[in-house]
Amino acid sequence: MDSTQSFRFFNRGPSPIARLIFFALLSLLLLFIDARYKHLESIRSILAFPIQPLQRLATSIYTQPGVWWNDLSTYIDSQGNLAHENMQLRQQQTVYAAQLLQMQVLQTENIQLRKLLDVAQHTDFPMQMAEIVYVERDIFKRKVYIDKGSQKNIAAGQVVMDEIGVIGQVTRIYPWMSEVTLITDKDHAVPIQVLRTGLRAVVFGSGDISTLSLRYMPLSSDLQVGDVLVTSGIDGTYPPGLPVAKVTQIERDPAYPFARITCSPLAGVDQQRQLMIISGLHKLPEIPAEEPRLIESKSKKSKRSKQ
Amino acid sequence: MNEQISKDQEFLLPASSTFIFLSMFVALMLNWLPWNGLWLALRPDFVALILLYWCTHKPHRIGIGIAWILGIFADVGDSSFFGQHALSYSVLAFGGILLHRRIQMFDVREQPLQIFPLLVISYAVFALVHWMMRGNNSWEFFLGTLTSALLWLPMSMMLQSMRRSRSDTNEL
Repeated sequence: MDSTQSFRFFNRGPSPIARLIFFALLSLLLLFIDARYKHLESIRSILAFPIQPLQRLATSIYTQPGVWWNDLSTYIDSQGNLAHENMQLRQQQTVYAAQLLQMQVLQTENIQLRKLLDVAQHTDFPMQMAEIVYVERDIFKRKVYIDKGSQKNIAAGQVVMDEIGVIGQVTRIYPWMSEVTLITDKDHAVPIQVLRTGLRAVVFGSGDISTLSLRYMPLSSDLQVGDVLVTSGIDGTYPPGLPVAKVTQIERDPAYPFARITCSPLAGVDQQRQLMIISGLHKLPEIPAEEPRLIESKSKKSKRSKQ
Repeated sequence: MNEQISKDQEFLLPASSTFIFLSMFVALMLNWLPWNGLWLALRPDFVALILLYWCTHKPHRIGIGIAWILGIFADVGDSSFFGQHALSYSVLAFGGILLHRRIQMFDVREQPLQIFPLLVISYAVFALVHWMMRGNNSWEFFLGTLTSALLWLPMSMMLQSMRRSRSDTNEL
């Protein structure tokens, strides 16, 4: 066998090892460029152009029977059921209407109070609805794709949430799609504040579906199981006051300097299909406009403390 | 046994390029099904398997170049780093080409054990790149090598039968 291998009757180009070295170097080069610079994003979006419809197709092949089944069962659903559901919804609606009235009252009161306090008023953020198109198939990452992209003015850094709380943020934009990194993605950080005490901290994703971890919290920190964590808005990415997670477990072991605190996300990070995109970034441009006035009116010391 | 296998190979039709292309396309689509949670960890890498099959059976037509291009497509699909899948598939294709005589010497029932190390190496390359770039690792990722190796038997039998089907009429 060896002798036949050593004779080359047909020219077949470079040997496998040479090809492997060539392609391995090429991939390492691409890896390096992709990790360090942003030059390859355009190539990626060009290649994504034929691939994304295929991925959508693959997802719909899988989900379509379920959708048809749902359609069928709602079609067959008896009238009594519908009437019952209708009544329930009506009741719920009256409750919601009452709550909404209350909220409007609170909102006006809040605006007045803010005016009194002369705090920069954060109005409600522009909001868009989007639907999850498909979920990342990489075990290392927690990402989903939604069906709105740069055509609908989605920008990287916008916050994605459902009706309960924060789900993640937009990290990459394609023309008709965008990539959302979930808060449960490994090492994804969200600056938060404990609702009960106002304690500030950063909550990290663990790479697991249902847990987040609160790192570097001293043993003596005032935290209890069941505490709700909301965004603090310090990073400028997440607008303040959005619910993020709830503390589920606290381990205070004196052998370690920090307590081990696990939280679970409040929002259905892995369950939702309809999501809201909020742009918390709109506030950012306002800050430089304010700054010159501040510098003029206040001393250098206060300027330093501001930064 | 050897005789039987070589007889089998005589009956196989030359694989057409469209058939190879179609099988790779189907493998990519299977990889892009919405796998979730534990199923994602247990998901066999269909693309790697198809690639390995063609690299061992048609080593002069399907080589490292095609593996690399397939890897780039997988990279865009998974939004991993450019070259991450490409590198791991290139290594896999190289292993397949290097060992194609050895793998074909074995019966199809014994082949999973032979291809398993190749799959582990290619998975390890992928995980290593991820670890270098992101600094974390997950061990359940390697469960995929087991299921992939188990899938090798049904998959290669299916592909062999698909390549043989037309010649069956001439057999008698």
